[in-house]
Amino acid sequence: MAMLSFERKYRVRGGTLIGGDLFDFWVGPFYVGFFGVTTAFFAALGTVLIIYGAALGPTWNIWLISINPPPIEYGLGLAPLEEGGLWQIITICAIGAFGSWLLREVEICRKLGIGYHVPFAFGVAVFAYVTLVVFRPLLLGAWGHGFPYGIMSHLQWVWDTGYQYGNFHYNPAHMVAITFFFTTTFALALHGGLVLSAVNPRKPGMRRAGERVEVKTPEYEDTYFRDTIGYSIGTLGIHRLGLFLALASGFFSAVCIFISAGPIYGGSWIEWWEPLRNLSLRWAG
Amino acid sequence: MFREYQNIFTAIQVRTAPEMGVPIESQIDRTKTATFSWWLGKIGNAQLGPIYLGFLGVASLITFTIGFVIIGLNYWAQVDWNPVRFVLEMPWLSLDPPLPEHGTKVLPPLEEGGWWLLAGFFITASIILWWFRMYRRAVELGLGLHVPAAFAAAIWLYLVLGFIRPLLMGSWSEGVPFGILTHLDWTNNFSLIWGGSLFWNPFHMLSIVFLYGSALLFAMHGATILAVSRYGGEREIEQITDRGTASERAALFWRWTMGFNATMESIHRWAWWFAMLTVLTGGIGILITGTVVDDWTSWGIKHGIVPEDPNWWPVTPDSTVSTWGQDGS
Repeated sequence: MAMLSFERKYRVRGGTLIGGDLFDFWVGPFYVGFFGVTTAFFAALGTVLIIYGAALGPTWNIWLISINPPPIEYGLGLAPLEEGGLWQIITICAIGAFGSWLLREVEICRKLGIGYHVPFAFGVAVFAYVTLVVFRPLLLGAWGHGFPYGIMSHLQWVWDTGYQYGNFHYNPAHMVAITFFFTTTFALALHGGLVLSAVNPRKPGMRRAGERVEVKTPEYEDTYFRDTIGYSIGTLGIHRLGLFLALASGFFSAVCIFISAGPIYGGSWIEWWEPLRNLSLRWAG
Repeated sequence: MFREYQNIFTAIQVRTAPEMGVPIESQIDRTKTATFSWWLGKIGNAQLGPIYLGFLGVASLITFTIGFVIIGLNYWAQVDWNPVRFVLEMPWLSLDPPLPEHGTKVLPPLEEGGWWLLAGFFITASIILWWFRMYRRAVELGLGLHVPAAFAAAIWLYLVLGFIRPLLMGSWSEGVPFGILTHLDWTNNFSLIWGGSLFWNPFHMLSIVFLYGSALLFAMHGATILAVSRYGGEREIEQITDRGTASERAALFWRWTMGFNATMESIHRWAWWFAMLTVLTGGIGILITGTVVDDWTSWGIKHGIVPEDPNWWPVTPDSTVSTWGQDGS
């Protein structure tokens, strides 16, 4: 039985959103719940369809297998299975599975009596995915503007789409998103490193192997960051900051691709900056 | 009820005498005052300061300032010392690396890349001095060396880009320009020159996986700790040494969700490694491009991950024009 030593006392009934006690049970370490059943359904159906699509396709090379969206001639209609219909059903399955997973997380939060931060954060990731495969295709008028589901083919799609806009690095929202990604990783290194350095301390000066050193307190963490940069955000604040940075990364990623679409901006991102240069010429030239 | 349950901002701030830090031998180098910021207190500690000065930090600030000013003056000279143009044309201004004909000459003419080398020298000196500062502060407090180690990983990527790879390629011109848009051009061209798509570089793939993975981990970890903060979950060190209900609930949340959980300590090991590996693998990917592998598309074809025929890819439709209103849709 996959139960942790302290787990039994937390396995209480209740907290479900739907289904009452009907699905209120665990399978191994997993909580099930109504949304566990729907997650399993969508995930299984989607996976089977991906394998079916791979079987219809030209290769079993894991890198090159690709489930492609329909040609844009189908607009916002349904396409035959082998011409993007599979992609459409798999997309529905993915959204169904992600949404179910999110609601299952809510149920688990309620059961454990903890805040809803994790399902909220997951919601931002789902939002970014839905932006790519639903909102932007809707904006452009064809499901064919979704990205193909394949390890290498989705990279090729990113490449092609980026160069339709001159140079995607010039997209201001892309700049913001990348800055948030780098900053998140930077902050994560500092936070992880700081906690590890406090609970795996070393004796000042030389240390012999096996020598016992007492674990440091949060006062040491604060002192380290005040000494080095003059400010320590603190044990609670760093988790707010980290969550914000990570969610902003995902949110601005969604923004940067959504605004790169004909109805919003269909030109070159390099030229998008030209008005600033023209302003400079007019004022100072 | 909902609002009480969610930890988003600090609603009530307590003010008392500032914490002046754990006593250290070189106490003399630590400033004696601290202030409070109400806005900082909304998300984290309100206390600003004290700060440790000392030789390494001051030397680092001085060398950084020299490098920064060299770049700024070069920018300013490029717009004929016009302050309006300096501001408005800032995105395009750039201090470029030496011309290719200068190879790895120690100091080419200033106007042909010498300034770039000088600025790079001072900023690198500043970064290395700052690394020693981070190291010394950790040692004096008796902390582990995890933060300096992570900083060293970032310095590895920085040195690969501006120093190690240009040396291996035999030309400073391979370095990255100091410019807002020009360093993006460099990135773009780097990808195009060495085989058409850096996406096929497996170390680039790994670096992106760890970069996105870091964002994922910080979202998961930050959210988990905030969710259990009503049980004191943010007191992570105490939870590590003496597991409380916050750790137990945090662990069970993930165990019940995905069948696996970290511990209060191990999540920080995951975090540290993901962030470190982002820059370590990224540095490897840059270093071997042009030196070991000069065409990532050929490399991908050779290893069976890229199709030989570019028409094999699914067609990426032109999204710069809307499909609305065309052929009846």
